[in-house]
Amino acid sequence: MTVAFILLALITVAAAVAAMSMPRLVHCALALVVAFAGLGCIFLALGAEFVGLAQLLVYVGAVAILIVFAILLTRGSEISMRPGARSAFSGTVIALAVFAVLAHAVMTSRVSRIATTVAPPSNRVQEIGVELLHQYVLPLEVIGLLLTAVLIGAVILAWREKPAAEQEGARTR
Amino acid sequence: MNVSFTMAGGLAERVDQIFVTLDHWAVAHTPGPLQWLVQILLIVVPILAVFPGLFALTTVLERKGLGRIQNRYGPNRVGPYGLLQPVADGLKALTKEDLVPRTADGVVHYLAPLVIVVTAFLVYAVLPVGRNMTAVHLNAGLLFFFAIGSATELAVFMAGWSSRNKYSLLGAMRAIAQMISYEVPLILSTIAVIMIAGTLAPEKIVLAQASYTGIFPHWYVFTPWGFAGFLLFMTAAAAETNRSPFDLPEGESEIIAGYIVEYSGFKFALFFLAEYLEIFAVSGLGITLFLGGWSAPLSFLAVIPSWIWFFAKLMVMICTFIWVRGTLPRLRMDQLMNFAWKFMLPMALVDMVCAGVWRFLPGGALWSVLRWVICTVIVVVPYVALARGLQMGKKVEQRVYRYAEEG
Amino acid sequence: MNPLSACLLVAAFLFCVGLAGALSRSSAILVLAGIELMLGAANLNFVAFWRYGSVAATSRVHALTGIMFVLFSIGVAAAEAAVGLALILAIYRHAKTSDVTEITELKG
Repeated sequence: MTVAFILLALITVAAAVAAMSMPRLVHCALALVVAFAGLGCIFLALGAEFVGLAQLLVYVGAVAILIVFAILLTRGSEISMRPGARSAFSGTVIALAVFAVLAHAVMTSRVSRIATTVAPPSNRVQEIGVELLHQYVLPLEVIGLLLTAVLIGAVILAWREKPAAEQEGARTR
Repeated sequence: MNVSFTMAGGLAERVDQIFVTLDHWAVAHTPGPLQWLVQILLIVVPILAVFPGLFALTTVLERKGLGRIQNRYGPNRVGPYGLLQPVADGLKALTKEDLVPRTADGVVHYLAPLVIVVTAFLVYAVLPVGRNMTAVHLNAGLLFFFAIGSATELAVFMAGWSSRNKYSLLGAMRAIAQMISYEVPLILSTIAVIMIAGTLAPEKIVLAQASYTGIFPHWYVFTPWGFAGFLLFMTAAAAETNRSPFDLPEGESEIIAGYIVEYSGFKFALFFLAEYLEIFAVSGLGITLFLGGWSAPLSFLAVIPSWIWFFAKLMVMICTFIWVRGTLPRLRMDQLMNFAWKFMLPMALVDMVCAGVWRFLPGGALWSVLRWVICTVIVVVPYVALARGLQMGKKVEQRVYRYAEEG
Repeated sequence: MNPLSACLLVAAFLFCVGLAGALSRSSAILVLAGIELMLGAANLNFVAFWRYGSVAATSRVHALTGIMFVLFSIGVAAAEAAVGLALILAIYRHAKTSDVTEITELKG
């Protein structure tokens, strides 16, 4: 366990806590980005180069922007934000209980005692590509299909209702 | 490796590798415990010195070039030929008052220029500026470039949102929408190169292009898919870095300076710096992917050091950007989006198909000619069809200026 | 404590932070963010087991399973975020709020 890992873990955890507890939505989103970036850096520190960079690209580049846009497009909901409006206490207690159980399980399991390999297993980008198109080609195709469906679905969901219908609504009102 | 290079003898090679040798020498002559520090410093300091220096040079060049295009002189007061203008500009930026709007979100407002400059510098880590001169050897270097580059959008949002100004916010939304839209063709046109080169490491992509047939290089830009990919890449790059004719996030008549409207003094200078650093970086990537990186354009020119070639190509790209800025009118927002999604994206996909066909057609004398013909057809036919299709139903006629011509 | 269990503890904590957020915040966007955080924590587990698990090194076939799972998981998480946020937008347009405690009606 290196200093880099400890630092990254601390940053990630602190950013995650900030993301879930800050009063302003945009601050939450920005802290969330730091948490995701920290997670990606932890992947890098663990030797998973491709996955870490993919995490950075997808989360910092895409998901964070999506969240930020969603926050801006649903403005007005920000004013009614009051921290602790919804059972903040019980939520935290439940989460802490879950953490206690998980931590206990991790610390007492065989996992915490096995000898860990020192060198990271080989994961060159080329190997990942070859595996993706041989052993994992079906999941790859499925996720391609899923992403296409999501693209169409998200566009349809976020589509404004037709102006004609809106005009009609205005007339009846 | 190319043959002529080794033939050119020891001296050329030594000059070519002078920085690498110096680097090794410096590391070897520092005491053991400090070696890692020197190693890191020797990577970071040159990047921090060279590219901002290039930025200073480019600001003069741009103002001079634009001046010439617009039939005026450009800066010529400070220093010989106005060459010290960037120093004066820098001093001005440093001594100006740093204004922060009263309602602004202080922390985020402060962090935005830092984030944008840091990410702009980080992408240089994977750019091969010469033979054996890549700062960090990453197996997935291109992925790193795009992953870090995508953080720019977030910095833009931070700047726009934290200023608490509607023009800032609108400008930021515009800039982000534009960046996201053009990131798609940018990455897709890169994929064609990745498919052919079979690697994500920039230095290996350069090596794949650094061989010659006769005296002519194997640059990817000299193939049908590469040529189309290069044009797509540089167009998307111009949009990605908010360069003219895609400089929509700024507009004096609509949203003033966009997301940087509430920044002054040194923070503004940082945004300015970051913008140019991004242009250099993305041009450098374009050079790496399509123009053979540091390799010489003709085999016998390989005696000139590789890093000179890289920076020469970079200067050509920068001058092209300035030329384009001086001569092309800018787009409207809807034209910009239509262009990205209806033209750039399909063309990038076609280019990928073309690269795939190119890769799997067999070699040989007859086939290499046929391959050219087939791939050219694959690119040109959709290009013509798309361009015609998008033009359909649109009347292009001389614009009538109602109020100007009434009097 | 070895590196593996350190990773697992960090992942467990991240998961619980996400869980706490998803349970206690009233903004729908933050609920979604909490879920994303939980997914990220699960990914960290996969990477940790890929890196330190002794099984991975032994067989050539399964050497990349952890990596692959995380790659697909990132893809699915991105898809989930896109659809989720589009849903939130649609709901906001309809109910003029994105507060999950105020969206209580099934009837439009």
